[in-house]
Amino acid sequence: MSHLARLGAAVLSLLAGTGRVVLFLLAAAHALVRPPFYFSELRRALLNIGYFSLPVVGLTAFFTGAALALQIYEGGARFNVQSVVPSIVAIAIVRELGPVLGGLMVAARVASSIAAEIGTMRVTEQIDALVTLSTDPMRYLVAPRLLAAVIAVPALVAVGDAIGIMGGWLVGTSRLGVPSAAYLQATRDFLEAGDVLSGLVKGAVFGLIVALMGCYHGMNSDRGAQGVGRATTSAVVSSAILVLAANYLMTEVFFSP
Amino acid sequence: MIRVEGLCKAFGDTQVLDGVTLDVATGESCVIIGGSGTGKSVLLKCILGLARPDAGAVLLDGDSVTRTGREAFLSRFGMLFQGAALFDSLPIWENVAFRLLRGPLRRPRAEAHEIAIEKLRRVGLSPDIADLYPAELSGGMQKRAGLARAIAADPEIIFFDEPTTGLDPIMAGVINDLIRGIVSEMGVTALTITHDMGSVRAIADRVALLHAGTVRWQGTVAEMEATADPYVTQFIEGRADGPISALR
Ligand SMILES: Nc1ncnc2c1ncn2[C@@H]1O[C@H](COP(=O)(O)OP(=O)(O)OP(=O)(O)O)[C@@H](O)[C@H]1O
Ligand SMILES: [Mg+2]
Repeated sequence: MSHLARLGAAVLSLLAGTGRVVLFLLAAAHALVRPPFYFSELRRALLNIGYFSLPVVGLTAFFTGAALALQIYEGGARFNVQSVVPSIVAIAIVRELGPVLGGLMVAARVASSIAAEIGTMRVTEQIDALVTLSTDPMRYLVAPRLLAAVIAVPALVAVGDAIGIMGGWLVGTSRLGVPSAAYLQATRDFLEAGDVLSGLVKGAVFGLIVALMGCYHGMNSDRGAQGVGRATTSAVVSSAILVLAANYLMTEVFFSP
Repeated sequence: MIRVEGLCKAFGDTQVLDGVTLDVATGESCVIIGGSGTGKSVLLKCILGLARPDAGAVLLDGDSVTRTGREAFLSRFGMLFQGAALFDSLPIWENVAFRLLRGPLRRPRAEAHEIAIEKLRRVGLSPDIADLYPAELSGGMQKRAGLARAIAADPEIIFFDEPTTGLDPIMAGVINDLIRGIVSEMGVTALTITHDMGSVRAIADRVALLHAGTVRWQGTVAEMEATADPYVTQFIEGRADGPISALR
């Protein structure tokens, strides 16, 4: 019985948590469409989430594309179909690995920084101070970050796609002896607009998840440095898991046979 | 006029406020004293709606402050937090001019900058620090910058949570004069928390002693000096023995 009760309590708290996140998202969406808008905050968030994530996302994509080319060449050699390397690298990067690994790297970099920043503001009473200065924290802190992530992460994914394909190309031409022009031609022939688009949509959703988790856990941070630490951990872990879960769901929707 | 009626607030099992009733008249400087941890800061937060009281009401000019009226209510307020609560991401002058750079009180940037510099000067901070960030200031300087922010938009009602804590005696005198000045000259209503009896004597029209979740004693400064109330005398004289336990 006590096991059952514990299970029930866990399910209830999960549901309650989900409900709180959904309410938080609705409040943020409401704040997003009603003035005042804080454009300088949006610019700051775009810089932090988008521009400063470029190196991390770019390097991740580059090495993934390069490793992928080697793997697929090696695997393809068993069936004498090494020629699929460019097309499979392109598809895998654009549809799946670009957005997912990009999303995870952004989760690590951005969810943590948002949660730590907002959490610190919470425990040092800066959020209270905002309220007393007639500024709604949802509008000033949360809405710009959500919007910035939804704009910036697809852009990061697009850049990551290009760099990932370049990584594959570099390995393909230098190590596997594929002629450069043929590699690029195969990539171009095979990729469809839908592949790229689905990856960008995934990126937008991942951006929303990451910023939402960062803001939610930061705003609800407990008191003290420990509270901020816990909020940061929760933000990273929950956004990473939600990114993977959302990726599966979206892949079902976009590509189910 | 601010009226607080039967305000109660508990955190878990600890009943911090247990029926606080207090009136602050318009243009009056009221000072709240009381032992550390008796809930003075919590009281201010409940009045401002930053913490939700479990029971009781806050009336401003006779109207109950509800959720919808909060914005109008807060637009008349300035608040100095105990820990200054400056925004880390903004330079000092933008902190001070926060209200003047956005929202209904928005001014041109140059004008807001000028006002910020002037307010910084009033709290004894030189214009040189205007472009620094809060983390680059000492604790007492942060406190004074927070004070400048609280008075920047010339609010009608200002709450000061320990304005002179962490300041040297000369600076404390400057801040006391400043608070007294804005109350007497500009007719501001001030509610100040302090442990510093020098401050109490310098700025208070009326003093309230918070103890065990309620207002244990209140009166003018002259009455405070004359009273035989054991709680008040223990507090003024700073004795460890008396009705207020030293262990809390
Ligand atoms: N957010 C909170 N969660 C839990 N307990 C709290 C919270 N805020 C305050 N308390 C508790 O309420 C009590 C009163 O706190 P408060 O900060 O109002 O004290 P204070 O009178 O301002 O003391 P001091 O003079 O030291 O600043 C303390 O026991 C504190 O632990
Ligand atoms: Mg306090």
